[in-house]
Amino acid sequence: MAENSEINKREDFGLAKAESESAPITEQVAGSFFKQLQGFWVTFITMFKKVNTVQYPFEKAPTAERFHGRHQLNRHPDGLEKCIGCELCAWACPADAIYVEGGTNTPEEQYSPGERYGKVYQINYLRCVFCGLCIEACPTRALTMSNEFELADSTREKLIFEKEDLLAPLRQGMLQPPHPMYPGSTDTTYYRGEVPGSHPSQETNSHA
Amino acid sequence: MTNNVETTEMITCVIDGFEVTVPKGTLVIRAAEKLGIQIPRFCDHPLLDPAGACRQCLVDIEINGRAFPKPQASCTIPVETGMIVKTQLTSPVADKAQKGIMEFLLINHPLDCPVCDKGGECPLQNQAMSNGRPESRYEGVKRTFEKPINISSQVLLDRERCVLCARCTRFSEQIAGDPFITLNERGALQQVGIYEKDPFNSYFSGNTVQICPVGALTGASYRFRARPFDLVSTPSACEHCASGCDLRTDVRRGKTLRRLAGEDASVNEEWSCDKGRWGFKYISSRERITTPLLRGTDGELHEASWPEAIAAAAAGLAGKRAAVLTGGRLTTEDAYGYSKFARISLGTNDIDFRSRGNSVEESEFLAAIVTNLSTTYRDIDKADQVALIEFDPEDESPIVFLRLYKQSRKRGLKVTTLASHSSRGSEKLGAIRINNISELSELTAKSVILVGERAHETPGLLSSVAALAQQSGAKLGWVPRRAGERGALFAGALGNLLPGGRPVTDAAARVDIQSAWGVSTLPAEAGRTTDQILRALDRSELGAVVVGGVDPMDISSEALTSMLNSFVVSLEISHSAMTAIADVVLPVATVIEKSGSYLNWEGRTRAFDRALEDSLTRSDVRILSMLADEMKRPINLPTVAATAREIESLGHWDGATVTAPTQSLAPEVIPTGNQATLESWRLLLDLGTLQQGEENLAGTARPATVVISAARAATLGVVDGNSVSVTHERGTITLPVAIGDIADEKVWVPRNSIGSQSIVTFGAGRGVLVTVVKA
Ligand code: SF4
Ligand code: SF4
Ligand code: SF4
Ligand code: SF4
Ligand code: FES
Repeated sequence: MAENSEINKREDFGLAKAESESAPITEQVAGSFFKQLQGFWVTFITMFKKVNTVQYPFEKAPTAERFHGRHQLNRHPDGLEKCIGCELCAWACPADAIYVEGGTNTPEEQYSPGERYGKVYQINYLRCVFCGLCIEACPTRALTMSNEFELADSTREKLIFEKEDLLAPLRQGMLQPPHPMYPGSTDTTYYRGEVPGSHPSQETNSHA
Repeated sequence: MTNNVETTEMITCVIDGFEVTVPKGTLVIRAAEKLGIQIPRFCDHPLLDPAGACRQCLVDIEINGRAFPKPQASCTIPVETGMIVKTQLTSPVADKAQKGIMEFLLINHPLDCPVCDKGGECPLQNQAMSNGRPESRYEGVKRTFEKPINISSQVLLDRERCVLCARCTRFSEQIAGDPFITLNERGALQQVGIYEKDPFNSYFSGNTVQICPVGALTGASYRFRARPFDLVSTPSACEHCASGCDLRTDVRRGKTLRRLAGEDASVNEEWSCDKGRWGFKYISSRERITTPLLRGTDGELHEASWPEAIAAAAAGLAGKRAAVLTGGRLTTEDAYGYSKFARISLGTNDIDFRSRGNSVEESEFLAAIVTNLSTTYRDIDKADQVALIEFDPEDESPIVFLRLYKQSRKRGLKVTTLASHSSRGSEKLGAIRINNISELSELTAKSVILVGERAHETPGLLSSVAALAQQSGAKLGWVPRRAGERGALFAGALGNLLPGGRPVTDAAARVDIQSAWGVSTLPAEAGRTTDQILRALDRSELGAVVVGGVDPMDISSEALTSMLNSFVVSLEISHSAMTAIADVVLPVATVIEKSGSYLNWEGRTRAFDRALEDSLTRSDVRILSMLADEMKRPINLPTVAATAREIESLGHWDGATVTAPTQSLAPEVIPTGNQATLESWRLLLDLGTLQQGEENLAGTARPATVVISAARAATLGVVDGNSVSVTHERGTITLPVAIGDIADEKVWVPRNSIGSQSIVTFGAGRGVLVTVVKA
């Protein structure tokens, strides 16, 4: 018997109950009128509560602190790029939204500390699902996410962001690469965060 | 292991509780593979001698109840009867030992994976995951080296990444015979190094990059270019020489990024030469032709549409006596297209695939003998003697060299070479050098004679070789330099041959082809050779020529001028001297953009598919088919596949062949004083058209030198390294001297290297008299 009811329950998926609850109130009994009044009361009271609507786009509310927004390619304090073009982010991406091509740094054209840099870097925002797996994969913390979410646009091309679009802006003390590494430093010094900012000697090759 | 499989005695042992029966001498690691049990390894390689260098393959072994006290390296121990092996799967001791070794390997291994080319296809990464500890316990400071260092212009070494497996050093020594890299120092400081004086300019260095189980050795051209998941890999065949290597082409977004040696046990085993591996930049060269070009009234080439260009070509060819020259680089299908086009659309037998020196004797030799040759690499493996006739295997067919070297190392194979002097390759083979073919002795039915394409330059030599092979019963092989020559021969791209080795002059053979092609007649008299065609063009006996991928400078210095007065249709991949004088230029596909097949020197089919799916370029045969349609004499070869089917259905001719040439050897003129007879051949890495644009590869080319004898050097008062000038009435080549075992009356220069292009400068590759003086 018990087994039978189990089966019934499962086959029914609780549809009958849902059906009965969402049926329109058709009985004309006094109790029913009171129930309706109770419903209107909720609506009425809400009119005197604080309004939640934000007048976006005229007014902008901050997102949650860890909101997954547009990506950013970070820089070392002297302006060199952190990205080494390793493609691990592209590998991790479940949506195949990232395209990377590595390149070789030369003494004349140094974009990142060490031998390798990201020559081509694209994120396709028509594909990205903002899962953040790429951020987790990045070995250099070059790739992080900002809170920016306004990513709508009118053409497909505009939604493929190039390296220039993704690179973090140059802050105080940063120089636009390519330029040489900080004097006396190695890639390890950079990864340890021991490079304070740019050094006058680095300006020699700078395009800034 | 392969050394021992010939003895067929079988042995049964037990691995992880399963019985397996393998030939005596099989290594434990390979017996386990047979059962599908994977023992981790780094140094073990089936084609290299066991080294036991990395110790990653440790397993527990017990023989007849007596267990080894410690785990043993399974890649060095052959199986024995009654052996019980426990791998990491069943023995905790073996598992712990392997994990321990992995931990040792990783102690000094840098955290380079993100910047390392091997990442994603790295045996160390993979095996650290499958047979290592999940977390590192090492907190010390890792050993570091300056990185990377250039072992040669195309191979870079990151010493910190090396796991000291000695694969690269064993390869250089055992397979290529170039022991230029070794393991130096000891302990934690042990590292791969080069000998100070000899740079590592091996022709086979790319293989070390491919077999290095970590990213310690990387190729300069592929460095940082891609990850394995970016690449679309297609099996392909090498277009550079007649060895016939199986290759793999890796393409990323329409661009070829690298080529690797494929596996074919009966041809290239797992190796390739550096030219095949790295010589592919010409495909993406800026000089590539992308649209048809027409020469306008202003004498310049202008872009044109396909219908325009085809119409112009057809109009230009109409009513003229035309000939066809096809370079030796075409696929068999394309060559067949030209062959059929010449016969049907142009109504002539004036077609020749030899865009190089050539002779009537050679045509006869090719038609009578080579079409029926079936000598293979296997015959070299079994030969009691190999005679090389005007053929330098290392420079002209590197995989043949590797086979010879393997046998000479393994069982001291006797190699005799008829050459002007001993090259580095012949020295490695320990070849006995002879000056005259009559010095060849002890040829038996087990011997192999390999004759190179340069043999035609000595009148009478090919006839003597044919006679010698006939008398001794020795196996004969003809090894041209270019990949397409044997295929072109089979396709009938030669004046005296129709497809399938059918002699033009044989009525039955013609009827055969007539019925297959559905035509009522075919021209019956044998066509001209390349030289004769050029002469006829010069004298305006011929009015037009269709040229497919020919560099006129390969033929002779006059080739280009002799075509100036005729209507030239050129099917080309890139702008060249030929397109500069052509009236109509039609762009064609390179090997990665088309499918097709080559016949290597053995006559073995090397078929390949296209690596680039969406290329707009077309194979020669399709274009010829369009042209033939326009000329109203169709050849009906719409696709490569259809062409292949048609060739297949024609089969090989089994009727009478033309008679073999019987020219006798002419006595050589002996020069006197500071005069000398010129000798030359092309080095593997030189100014070849298909090597253009790859500087890293060019960086390992052997330096061009003039080879003279010690006696001549003494007379001239020069020593190794001094410069000498080799002069002919047309020009001079000045190069440093290398003293060699060359005959006193001869002088050798490279045929097409930087600073030494003998055909351009002297108008000949061999045999002319030159003057040698101190520069
Ligand atoms: S957030 Fe997710 S989907 Fe978007 S690029 Fe990164 S890995 Fe790909
Ligand atoms: S963003 Fe990070 S993971 Fe992606 S390529 Fe650059 S360094 Fe590698
Ligand atoms: S060799 Fe392999 S493990 Fe070592 S850095 Fe390269 S990818 Fe990583
Ligand atoms: S360089 Fe590579 S192949 Fe050579 S010993 Fe080191 S790990 Fe082995
Ligand atoms: S694979 Fe056996 S010792 Fe290296």
